[in-house]
Amino acid sequence: MSGADIIILSLLGGVLGLDTVSFPQAMLSRPIVGATLAGAILGDAGAGLLVGATLELFAVDTLPFGASRYPEWGSAAVIGGALFTRAGTFDAGRLTTTVLGALAIAWIGGWSMVQVRRLNARWARSRHDAVARGTRRTVIGLQMAGLGADFVRGIVLTALGLVVLQPLQVAALERWDAGAPLSRAMVVGAAGAVSLGAAWKLFHAVPGFNWQFLLGLAVGLGLVAVS
Amino acid sequence: MSARPDGNARTLPLTTRMSIFLRLLAVQGAWNYETLVGNGIGFCVEPALRRLPGGLDGDAYRSALARESQYFNAHPYLTSVAVGALARAELDGEDPERIERFRTALCGPLGALGDRLVWATFLPLCSFAALAAFGAGASPLVTVMTFLGLYNAGHLGLRVWGLRVGWRKGLAVAQSLGHPMLQQAPVHLGRLAAALAGLALPIAIHRIIGSGHVLLGGTLAGVLAGAIVLTSLHGRAEGWKVSVGILTAFALYSVIR
Repeated sequence: MSGADIIILSLLGGVLGLDTVSFPQAMLSRPIVGATLAGAILGDAGAGLLVGATLELFAVDTLPFGASRYPEWGSAAVIGGALFTRAGTFDAGRLTTTVLGALAIAWIGGWSMVQVRRLNARWARSRHDAVARGTRRTVIGLQMAGLGADFVRGIVLTALGLVVLQPLQVAALERWDAGAPLSRAMVVGAAGAVSLGAAWKLFHAVPGFNWQFLLGLAVGLGLVAVS
Repeated sequence: MSARPDGNARTLPLTTRMSIFLRLLAVQGAWNYETLVGNGIGFCVEPALRRLPGGLDGDAYRSALARESQYFNAHPYLTSVAVGALARAELDGEDPERIERFRTALCGPLGALGDRLVWATFLPLCSFAALAAFGAGASPLVTVMTFLGLYNAGHLGLRVWGLRVGWRKGLAVAQSLGHPMLQQAPVHLGRLAAALAGLALPIAIHRIIGSGHVLLGGTLAGVLAGAIVLTSLHGRAEGWKVSVGILTAFALYSVIR
């Protein structure tokens, strides 16, 4: 991955990291979007979409409820899309190592968002009197500072993730021993189980859940059977 | 944004409405563990407050901005309801104590409704719709546009509706949150999401695996078994974290052996 690629992808990571909570929360940061964009930047949107769909299965289980700590998918999706696209010469282990790397970044991203929120609290505390006086510049300044900090957080996280994880992934793939079908089935099986568990957790109390789910499942299995 | 509950007209200029709407997209920019989204509410209401007597340098402006920038909590998309209603209350010259009580009372309903409607229902529904499109063989562009188009039609629509209804109803906006459509939407959307989940999972997994039916059958059986184990944990462990542990062990085994 060239220096230019890392810069462009890091900026994308900053934008998508910002979208997770701060601006505009239009879910550009979802893995199925972010990883596809990263893949497209590196010339293979299809590869980005494939890993994005896999990460999206995990993401269904992690919803951004208020003050809770949750994974930050924006930067993670960019890293996932980039790693998978760049590891194109390997078959076995490519998806597994990519997903593991992206999940690790999503977890670190969640931690880094907490740090930005603490920083925002420090800034708000130190300017409490000015806010209490209704000072326009302070209210707007706090908002802009928070947005800026979150943007920088996403850029730095994405850049560090790419620089650290890409050589690690190549080293792991050169030693990878398990077959390609098993490797892919493991990661997709895990992602599918998480997604199915999340669907049950979210919707099992909805009247008619079982029938609606089984109806959809029957159609889905039918489509697979005839494909 | 022109009719008042009592029938008198009051309008905000288009530029002010646009400014408020754009700021609403950044309402969580200074989110923190002390005032939560409070500074964001002040930030969003501010363009309307400039119309108070005395303008930017007036006491009314400063007092209102200080009041609106205190602690507040709500679902981010439904802060639009609060911003519209609070802008209206401030410009109507409502009693400050009444505005503060209203602010406090609004937090719970806006948080609960938004979490249930958006995070727990609409967002997963859009994810499963995009996964279904992906599984059906859609191109990257179509898959991404399916997700973004569907999600943002709801997202932006909710923000626009919230701002309009908040402004129109002012301190009486709470009645609008009890509208049967808002209250029943999670149930209907939840049914649709359940059907989409059933549809999307086998076809998305099939496209990712991209090989024979035997491997797919084994993987789907593994998915079912894994989901049963995860749900039986009853939230004691997050599914994605459990998966990270399993996949890490598999990767180490594959690299080290």
